[in-house]
Amino acid sequence: MSSFQGSKINPATFNRSQIKFYLFLIALAVFMIMPIVFMFSQSLKPINELFLYPPRFFVDNPSLKNFYDLINVTSVTVIPMTRFLFNSIVVTGAVVFLSIVISAMAGFALSKLKFKSKGVIFEANIIALMFVPASVAIPRYLIVDGLGLTDNMLGHIIPLLAMPVGLFLIKQFVDQIPNDLIEAAAMDGAGNFTVFRKVIIPVIMPALATVAILAFQTAWNNTETSEIYMNTETLRTFAFYMTTLTGNLENKVAGQGIAAAAALIMFVPNLIIFVIMQSRVLDTMAHSGLK
Amino acid sequence: MRWSKSLRRELDAMIFVGPFVVMFTIFIVIPVIVAIYLSFTYFNTVQAPVFIGLKNYVNLLTQDNIFMMYVLPNTFKFSLLVGPGGYILSFWLAWLLAQIPRRSRSLLTLAIYSPSMTASVAMAVVWLVVFSGDAAGYLNNFLLGIGIISEPIQWTQSPKYLMAIMVVVTLWNSMGVGFLAMLAGILNINPELYEAGYIDGIKNRLQELWYITIPSMKPQMLFGAVMAVVGTFQAGDIGVQLSGANPTPQYAGQVMVNHIQDYGFIRYDMGYASAVSAVLLVIVYGLSKICWRLFSEKD
Repeated sequence: MSSFQGSKINPATFNRSQIKFYLFLIALAVFMIMPIVFMFSQSLKPINELFLYPPRFFVDNPSLKNFYDLINVTSVTVIPMTRFLFNSIVVTGAVVFLSIVISAMAGFALSKLKFKSKGVIFEANIIALMFVPASVAIPRYLIVDGLGLTDNMLGHIIPLLAMPVGLFLIKQFVDQIPNDLIEAAAMDGAGNFTVFRKVIIPVIMPALATVAILAFQTAWNNTETSEIYMNTETLRTFAFYMTTLTGNLENKVAGQGIAAAAALIMFVPNLIIFVIMQSRVLDTMAHSGLK
Repeated sequence: MRWSKSLRRELDAMIFVGPFVVMFTIFIVIPVIVAIYLSFTYFNTVQAPVFIGLKNYVNLLTQDNIFMMYVLPNTFKFSLLVGPGGYILSFWLAWLLAQIPRRSRSLLTLAIYSPSMTASVAMAVVWLVVFSGDAAGYLNNFLLGIGIISEPIQWTQSPKYLMAIMVVVTLWNSMGVGFLAMLAGILNINPELYEAGYIDGIKNRLQELWYITIPSMKPQMLFGAVMAVVGTFQAGDIGVQLSGANPTPQYAGQVMVNHIQDYGFIRYDMGYASAVSAVLLVIVYGLSKICWRLFSEKD
C-alpha cells in the first residue's frame, strides 16, 4: 500500500494533505449551522435581550422562560400548545410505522416475488419519484374530502403513506439479498410471510431506518394537511401552530423568543433521529442508484 | 392446475404490494388524472366542472400576463440557480467529505445535512428576524454597521431582493437525500479502481474525479439529479413564507407552485390552476428525463 500514492478517498487516518479539505468543509459547515445556532440562541434569550439594540447573535443570560411561556401562554388560540404537540406525535408515529410496513412489504414483493404487474408497478413508482405533490393539491383535497377524511385525524396520516422514494430505497436494498438465502428458507417450508419476517426484515434494517427518517421528516414538518384538510383547531398539528407563531413576527419582538423555542421543538427530534441512524442511512444510500 | 398456481402467485404478491398500490393509486395516480381532467374544465368548487376544452391552456399562453411576465421568468431563474447550483454544490461537498477520515466526516456531514431536516416553518423564525426590515434586523444592522448601506432595507418585502434571498435560503437547505446518496456513492467505489487508474497514468485528483469517481457512481448521480429537479420545483413556496403574502410583493418571488395556489385556493378557479399544475408536471418530468439521458449507463 505504501507504494500507492494515489487516491485518498475514504482515508483511514488523518494526513496533512487533507488540511485543505478540512478548511473548506469547516467554513461551509459553520455557514450551514449558523442559522440553527441562532435559533438555539434566540430561544434562550430573555425578553430584554430580544429588544436589545444593536441586536446580538449570542445569548448573554440564557433562560428557559420562552419555553415556559410557550407551554403556559396560549397567545393565538385558547387551545394549549400541548394539544398540537400531542396531535403531531400521534400523527408522526402512525405515519412512520405504517409507511415502513407498507413500503417494506411492497419492496420485498417487487424485488423477490414473481408476478405479472411487477414491471408496471415499479415503472410507475420510478415516474412517481418525479412527482411534485404541491402540483396536485386540488384533486388531492377533493379526494380526501370525498373519503370523509377532512376534519379527521386520519386525514393527516393516510395521504402521506405512499412514499415513492421509500419504496424505491427499500426495493434497491432488498435486491442485494442473495436469492439463495430465500430459496433455502423456502426449502424449509417457509411461506412468503415467514421469509419476509425472518429473512428479509432483519437484513434490511438500515433501509427501514432511512425510510423512517424520511417519513418522520415528512410527517413532523407537514403543515399542508392541517391547513387544507382540517377546520377544527384541535385537530391541527404543531407544525401548523408554528405558522401561527411566525405570522407578522417582524413586528412582534416579544414573540420571537417563543417562536424560536417552538422552532427548536420542531428541529431537535429530527436531529436526534438522524444522529442515531446516520451510518445506516449511508448504507442504504449506497444502493440508491438509478439506472 | 397450472393456471391456478399462477393465480395464487399473483394473489400472494398482491397481499404484499396491495396496500402500497392502493395508497399510491388514490393519492398519486388519481390526483394526477383528475388534475389533467380538471385542466380542461371551468371549476369554481361550488358548481360541477364544465368542460371547456383547451381554453385554460390557451388563456395561460395568451391572456395570463402575470404568468408570462413574472411567474415563468421567475420559475426559470429560480430553478436554474437552485437546481444545477444546488446539485453541483451537493456533489462538491460530498466529494470533499469523502477525502477525510470517517469520524470527522460523520460530524461534518451532520452539520451540512442539518439544514435539510429543519422544517421551513421553523426556519421562518430565523429568516424573518435576520432579514427584518428595520434597523434592528440582523442583516440591516450588520450592513449599516460596516457602512455598506445607509438606511435599512425591507429585504423580504422588496421586489429587488426577494428572489435573491429565496435562492440563498433554498440553496442553504438543498443538501438533502440526493447529497447523502452521492456521498454514499463516492464512499462505495472500489479502491482498486483508483489503484488501477494510477497505474494507467492518472496524475491528480481532478483526473481521478473525472475518469474514475464520476463514471463509477453514475446511478447515484442520476438519483441525486432527479431529487434536485423535484426539490427545486417544490421549494418555490419559500417566497410566500418569507414575504408572508401570496401573491408575493409585485410578483417578485412568484413561481409556478404559488401561481397554482393563488388560482386554486385564493381565487377558487380550480380548472385553471389544474392547467398550470399539468404544465408543471410536464416540465418536471421532461427535465428528469433529460437527467436520465445525461447519466444513463445504457449509452
